[in-house]
Amino acid sequence: MSIENALINIAPERIEIDGVTKSFTTNRGTIVALDNVSVKVAEGEFLCLVGPSGCGKSTLLNIIAGLDTPDSGRVLANGESVTGPGRDRMVMFQEHALFPWLDVLGNVMFGLRLKPGLNNKERKEVAKYYLDLVGLSKFQHANIHELSGGMKQRVALARALAPNPRVLLMDEPFAALDALTREQLYGDIQRIWEARRKTIVFVTHNVREAACLGDRVLLFSPNPGRIRAEFQVDLPRPRDINSVELARYSTEITTALKGFTNKQGTEAAE
Amino acid sequence: MIRSLSSIVFFLTLLLAWEFVARSGHYSPVLLPSPLNVLEYIWQATCDGTLWVATLVTMKRLMLGYGLGLLFGIPLGLITARFRLLQDTLGLLALGVQTLPSVCWVPLALLWFGQTEAAMLFVVVMGTLWSVIIATNDGVRAMPPIYLRAARTMGSKGLHTWFKVILPASLPYLVGGMKQGWAFAWRSLMAAEIFVTILTGFGLGQLLQYGRELLAMDQVVAVMAIIVVIGLLADRLLFSPWERFFHRRWGTGSMK
Repeated sequence: MSIENALINIAPERIEIDGVTKSFTTNRGTIVALDNVSVKVAEGEFLCLVGPSGCGKSTLLNIIAGLDTPDSGRVLANGESVTGPGRDRMVMFQEHALFPWLDVLGNVMFGLRLKPGLNNKERKEVAKYYLDLVGLSKFQHANIHELSGGMKQRVALARALAPNPRVLLMDEPFAALDALTREQLYGDIQRIWEARRKTIVFVTHNVREAACLGDRVLLFSPNPGRIRAEFQVDLPRPRDINSVELARYSTEITTALKGFTNKQGTEAAE
Repeated sequence: MIRSLSSIVFFLTLLLAWEFVARSGHYSPVLLPSPLNVLEYIWQATCDGTLWVATLVTMKRLMLGYGLGLLFGIPLGLITARFRLLQDTLGLLALGVQTLPSVCWVPLALLWFGQTEAAMLFVVVMGTLWSVIIATNDGVRAMPPIYLRAARTMGSKGLHTWFKVILPASLPYLVGGMKQGWAFAWRSLMAAEIFVTILTGFGLGQLLQYGRELLAMDQVVAVMAIIVVIGLLADRLLFSPWERFFHRRWGTGSMK
């Protein structure tokens, strides 16, 4: 494979989640993290999953990633059943999960080294391309602990993009960052999504973040984890998190969210 | 510069105080040799080769026993950490046996192997192995599970995960374990050399023991000093560079 092929903008993937159920047994009883959840994610769609903590949105992401298996139901990636992790679906975690024994370049190279058909010189070139894309080409030899929180997540993004996956799964990747850094990354992720067309499933508990990034926002409710509502966000990109139009969407979503969380509160009281 | 100066001043003061007490005449020179006597012995024994030979014999035994301890201890520690069954069996055994002071292995070794090199090797390996298993095991278990999940999503599995994720992630602990293993190996070897008298080699421990039998306290103290110096050198040359490297990479440790 040549470097051009390694960097080619491959077609994003279609994901079908079909009747997925998953429960966990803890010492306080059984929690139904996902209850017969079905979703279709189109090729190249930016889908956001929103909900209070414990509503199963991260579990769903892990199942799509192949890190968890559902109790019943199945996940199809481009028509093929997901049985484990695959290079077509890369994950970005809330904790950056970068390896401290490698420098920045080494971390981005980790997944590339496992990708066949490239020699090391080409792998390095690919890694450098993505480090440049996230604006960190000057830091390729830095140690991980020397980077700020935002920079670490940029490296994690470059690492996830480097093997050229068709799907990017993001599990609250910006939750631990400060507001200013987060705003910068909203811009970056939209720009990168334009440049490297991927199907993105993005988990967050931040409604505004979801409205800013998603083509579509799915609202989850906890125990049993179900999809409660669906919102289409028809705003031009790049979107500004502080815009008034965006606020309208996020207010609408927040109202719906409050609607069922309050209702659940009264149900519990009865 | 200032730091090495303070070390030098400290040790010079210690030596001077020792010389002073020795010269005061309160204690018999047979029991408390002066630093000068000790230095004289070291000089003499270095010139006639006694010290060189003894140090060489001891180091050879140490390296062999320590090497075997690491060779088996590290892989065993890695697998006890990853498989629950081994954790509950071998891991528990290691945890128990490592509390046994290494000198306790000597009677057993003498009865099994007699006054032989094998007895000595057995004691050193027993003294090293278990603590290396425990340190490696602890290191692997301290690894954040997110590393494994991240590695899996990038297509790492099997041996690749072992060599490229689990092993490097636990390296800082491994070096700690190797350091501890080294200290344990030293202790066991000295115990072995003092108790096991054999003709195949005359090590530092035996030199120490003969010093006692001949009432040559200058020899006893000199050998003790040499053991200390070797220990310090090993720490500075073998382990410190690694630890410094890990502190720089991982960003751990505030001590310079």
